[in-house]
Amino acid sequence: MLFFQILRTAFRGIVANKMRTSLTMLGIIIGVGAIIAMLSLGEGAKQQVIESMSRFGTNVLRVRPGMARMGHVRTGRVETLTLDDAEALKKEVPGIRFLSPVVASSIQVKYSNRNAGTLITGTTPEYIEINNFKVAEGSFFEQTDIKLARRVAAIGSTVRKELFGEGPAVGEEMKIEGQTFTVIAVMETKGQTSFSDPDDQIFIPVTTSQRRVFFQDYVNDINIQVEEASLIPSVKEGIERVLRDRHRIAPGAESDFTIRDFTEMMMAMQETTRTFTVLLSGIAAVSLLVGGIGVMNIMLVSVTERTREIGIRMAVGARRKDILRQFLIEALVITVSGGLIGIASGVAIASLISRFGEWDTVITFWSIALGFCFSALVGLVFGIYPARKASLMDPIEALRYE
Amino acid sequence: MGGGPVEVLSSVDLDIKKGEFVTIMGPSGSGKSSLMNIIGCLDRPTEGSYSLNGVRVDSMDEDSLAAARNRNIGFVFQSFNLLARHTAIENVELPLFYAGIDGSEALAKEALKEVGLERRMKHRPNELSGGERQRVAIARAIVLNPPIILGDEPTGNLDSRTGKEIMALFDGLHAKGTTLILVTHDPNVAAYSQRVINIKDGKVVL
Ligand SMILES: Nc1ncnc2c1ncn2[C@@H]1O[C@H](COP(=O)(O)OP(=O)(O)OP(=O)(O)O)[C@@H](O)[C@H]1O
Ligand SMILES: [Mg+2]
Repeated sequence: MLFFQILRTAFRGIVANKMRTSLTMLGIIIGVGAIIAMLSLGEGAKQQVIESMSRFGTNVLRVRPGMARMGHVRTGRVETLTLDDAEALKKEVPGIRFLSPVVASSIQVKYSNRNAGTLITGTTPEYIEINNFKVAEGSFFEQTDIKLARRVAAIGSTVRKELFGEGPAVGEEMKIEGQTFTVIAVMETKGQTSFSDPDDQIFIPVTTSQRRVFFQDYVNDINIQVEEASLIPSVKEGIERVLRDRHRIAPGAESDFTIRDFTEMMMAMQETTRTFTVLLSGIAAVSLLVGGIGVMNIMLVSVTERTREIGIRMAVGARRKDILRQFLIEALVITVSGGLIGIASGVAIASLISRFGEWDTVITFWSIALGFCFSALVGLVFGIYPARKASLMDPIEALRYE
Repeated sequence: MGGGPVEVLSSVDLDIKKGEFVTIMGPSGSGKSSLMNIIGCLDRPTEGSYSLNGVRVDSMDEDSLAAARNRNIGFVFQSFNLLARHTAIENVELPLFYAGIDGSEALAKEALKEVGLERRMKHRPNELSGGERQRVAIARAIVLNPPIILGDEPTGNLDSRTGKEIMALFDGLHAKGTTLILVTHDPNVAAYSQRVINIKDGKVVL
């Protein structure tokens, strides 16, 4: 029998028993939806880690002034960290590969008659090592520039476009807070992230930023890259010890600085994602199993109800395999329709999670293909028994069935 | 089912020629339907032999039996046996699907025209009268032009006038050379046929 006729009969059966069929589909819908949501969470977490790695570098700690965060607000004085603190950490704590103090604030900059609001980051050359920045043109400032607090600037590609357009940038002079700076480097484009644009900033020597731009003797941040992941705990302890000692904090009292560990944060985030993934795969497995049993049940009912139809089809020439194929396809139509609805709801759930939850989700072609295959597989596995039962009927008995 | 084997037919020695019109009569439970099922390749005798067009049916495999039902035999039942969810024309198309014939709609239309139902093609069985349903069933039986048409009390559920119309259709088929075998309780139906076979307790009686 032609495939189209089988499908037509299957859809008529579904339309004739709308309620029954949609209840049967529910398990498949939930199961496939859970598969899609689960895979999109996993993929989202993976891409988030990759993005964070390239943004913050690996094994990076950040020391910031102020107490531990209360909600989202840091409390306490923010002027506690100094360049000398940074210097001391570098010297006294073993296991640090790179360390760079950071002074950062948003400010207006000017080139000829063009203005741009951007982020000024006063730091040291090690900063670009820790945070994976690369120089595209010119060369980044060096230790002597820092010692002499020179007015030199390395600009991000967004700033370059806004101030200089297509014209040359390296060697040009620009104004920051009324001071004249020479552009000595243009950075490679890193690309916009969901949080901010790392290319919309200007790097200047940390000493210059303190003495000539912001007039402050403290730093806002110290970025540290640890030699390897296993040393992170001991480096954190070392930082804690050295800074508490330098700041003369009594034992038991709270520190006036905070260490943020991105590796730890990322791992914590991945851990919750993993928990969620396990939960969702459990839901998927159970729903698909229960859904499959439901499909088998409904197909058995359908085979019994349609015994006479089976007899009629056999009497006009249907072979056993024609009957088998018909009922198998009907089971597949139910599960695959459920699967398609499940894929749609999985995509919807994933977008809700990334909009309102704290996780990123990414839908891939493969997750959709997998969801589809699973729904078809359930149809085959649980449809084969009822279809076989239908195909093995005795035509005379079937025709006599009331 | 259950209750052990029952001997339904025995000492049946029958020879039906090509193009013959035969009716089978006998009391209820005498084995007429059982005999028809064997002739119609729906069933195989447990003992003895049955040949169709010179081919032994009792030793055929299931797929060959299905093919024989599809190509060689058209079945008309007392209770019509149409698919309720399908329109008249879709019911008539059914044997064509299993024969793997494309463009079945034209052939089905032609068969419906032959039984005078071309106007009711898109109707479902529950929108048709008993006589009309039996016409659809006959159209389904003849759509592949099988050499043999079997009818198990085809007029049993119809009033006498409608029965006559149906018998006129059968008569026409016979005139075209189709072999016709009908089971009936009605002597008026038997009067159309060339030969009456009487069955009693599973045996052919003269
Ligand atoms: N599946 C079965 N199992 C046991 N006995 C059966 C079965 N099918 C038919 N019979 C028996 O075989 C006998 C003949 O049945 P059959 O249906 O052929 O009679 P019939 O001549 O067609 O009767 P009617 O005129 O009422 O249709 C009956 O006694 C019936 O009880
Ligand atoms: Mg009978």
